[in-house]
Amino acid sequence: MSLELIETAKYLSAPGKGLLASDESTGTIGKRLEKAGFENTEEARRSYRELFYTAPIGEAGISGAILFKETLGQQAADGTPFVECLQRQGVLAGIKVDEGLVPLDGCPGETSTRGLATLEAACRGHVAQGAKFAKWRAALKVGGGCPTEQCIETNAQQLAEYAAVCQACGLVPIVEPELLIDGNHDQAAFADASTRVISRCIAHLQRKGVVLEATLIKPQMIIPGADCTGPKADPSEVAQHTLAVMRQCVPAAIPGIMFLSGGQTEEEATINLNRINQEAQQSGGCPWSLSFSFGRSLQASVLKLWSEDQGEASKARCREMAAALAHANSRAVLGKFEGPHPSITSQQGSLRETFRGWRTDV
Amino acid sequence: MQASLSSRPNIACRSQFAAGAAATSKRSRCSSVVVAGLATEKDNPFAEELKANAKHISRRGRGILASDESNATTGKRLETIGVDNTEDNRRDWRQLLYTAPDLGNYISGAIMFEETLYQKSREGVQFVDLLKEQGILPGIKVDTGLQVLPGTDGETTTQGLDNLGARCEAYYKQGARFAKWRAVLKISEGEGPSSQAILENAHGLARYAQIAQQNGLVPIVEPEVTLGPGAYSIEETAYWSERVYSHVMRLLNEYDVLLEGILLKPNMCLPGLDAPSASPAEVAKYTVRTMMRTIPPSVPGIHFLSGGMSEEESTLNLQALQDACPNSPWSLTFSYGRALQSATLKTWQGKEENWGKAQAILTALAKANSEAQLGQYKGPHPAPGGGRILQALRFGGAGK
Repeated sequence: MSLELIETAKYLSAPGKGLLASDESTGTIGKRLEKAGFENTEEARRSYRELFYTAPIGEAGISGAILFKETLGQQAADGTPFVECLQRQGVLAGIKVDEGLVPLDGCPGETSTRGLATLEAACRGHVAQGAKFAKWRAALKVGGGCPTEQCIETNAQQLAEYAAVCQACGLVPIVEPELLIDGNHDQAAFADASTRVISRCIAHLQRKGVVLEATLIKPQMIIPGADCTGPKADPSEVAQHTLAVMRQCVPAAIPGIMFLSGGQTEEEATINLNRINQEAQQSGGCPWSLSFSFGRSLQASVLKLWSEDQGEASKARCREMAAALAHANSRAVLGKFEGPHPSITSQQGSLRETFRGWRTDV
Repeated sequence: MQASLSSRPNIACRSQFAAGAAATSKRSRCSSVVVAGLATEKDNPFAEELKANAKHISRRGRGILASDESNATTGKRLETIGVDNTEDNRRDWRQLLYTAPDLGNYISGAIMFEETLYQKSREGVQFVDLLKEQGILPGIKVDTGLQVLPGTDGETTTQGLDNLGARCEAYYKQGARFAKWRAVLKISEGEGPSSQAILENAHGLARYAQIAQQNGLVPIVEPEVTLGPGAYSIEETAYWSERVYSHVMRLLNEYDVLLEGILLKPNMCLPGLDAPSASPAEVAKYTVRTMMRTIPPSVPGIHFLSGGMSEEESTLNLQALQDACPNSPWSLTFSYGRALQSATLKTWQGKEENWGKAQAILTALAKANSEAQLGQYKGPHPAPGGGRILQALRFGGAGK
């Protein structure tokens, strides 16, 4: 069992592989579907996700897909369970196990994450459904005195607790301390905050006896805040700052760093990831894979196509787009991405959203 | 490299780590700002030099000669060959070491005690200049010895923070380019170091490292989980070593220490003295696993201490590390004291006529370990078949 978890973590972070984060809660995916002109029904959610799981994303470089719990039990139109659609193409099923953000007492604007109380039971259930890995997201604001010591400590403890429970139940934990893109902080301030947060998370994982060889981490790349008035950071700067922070904080035993895209455009995320890997190769290499766990950056163009036309021919184009987006990022993990980028939404600008999912309805 | 899920052996913890064991967080309610992780690099004019020196010391095929024994400890060694503990004798002994021909091909840094840093050879040449001629960077031990922690079972803290900045500044002026501070953690039968000892020593190391860097010295951070009596297993050593290094790294980050400008000097993982000894492969497996789990890649060099291992054991284990970690992100190398000096001292016997032979042994030992660092050591060992070279902990040294 123990070696299996380590093998799973290695599989998810194998060279050229990355993750599709399609685990948006009902509320979050609902907002996106509504914005695209759909009604937020179970069928709308199911048929949208089906585009991805029936697309050839496995051969395009996806090693794992993170699902929301509703989705884990859903099926394709022909009755094949989604887990099986994925399994067939070598894509492991993962499950979001946190239950969303809640305001942190006494720290205005900051949050912790719910879900520990029922976590073990949930994990065992999801393992029975075929899940091989899990994800838990903490969100931390930067700027204006944030993240505070209490916020960092609370979230780091929760992440470690979650990771320990997952491993005990047979799931590889993805540990996601997302420092939010919101704010006008510059890249250096973001780097400082990231260093502090990530190293605290690592310390708590170690304290809890979490097996690092069977753990993945999902941080943000080191970029300036969305409202930063300075010049946009070019990919080379993103790469250097990101590598410096990761090298400072992340022990070599962790097999993969799966970056989130958190508000970058599809194209930006790929180009930055590509540059990170090129810089890494040129500066002596890194002991962990520098990969992706992208949500919006693997989905936005697909949703756009889907919103325009839900006919059969369009479905095929949507699947092609899903695979193309995956492929571009898979190349980026190898430092070999070459344009043009398949994205059709990058011109619209950042995929940043202000909806933060603080609601607890599911 | 295999790793097992249950990395915790079945042992009693002397004390539990409270959930907020960084108890200082009590004071920091939401109003406190969490500051700068990488501020040091921007603010420290020595940043580039520190990084370059750390890289230079830990480059392939090189290691450190630890020759920083205090006068009292040196006296004990000289006593074993019937030599009096005088300043001249101490000077002669170090001169023998530092002028060994070709030593600089294998040794990149030599750690000195304060007296030695300011000494000259018989011919009137500063030791720092002799070392420079060999291409060896001078280093300086800056701690002033161990002090027993009250209420513990002989656990210690390390002294030396008072006036450390001024001392480092002076040492840099004299030619030192790196420093060393030794913290000691104990494992006794069935019990690891207490959380008090771990946190106290980790804080000391982090604060020392910060001060050293501010004054241009690359800090060697040495959290030694010491080899001691008892039949505890190698897994227990690995477990406690992990906990210790995790706290050390956490505090180094919290104190804004530039990790690319430090060197780590840890213990290899060995079972207790009364347990059956472990093969080089086993030592390597647990040692590498511990390093992988705790040390981020930005640290350029991990220089293992020899701490009681015999000369041959030190070389064989060092080589096994390379095999166990072929793509290691940090250099896996050595900072050896006893493992380079013991046979050398015995050969010298304090006699002029043995000077050349003793130097030859030292260089041969350095070469063997350099080859081991490259994974190319073939033997035979210049000092084979030796037993463990143990040394009791000294307290209350106050740097004498």
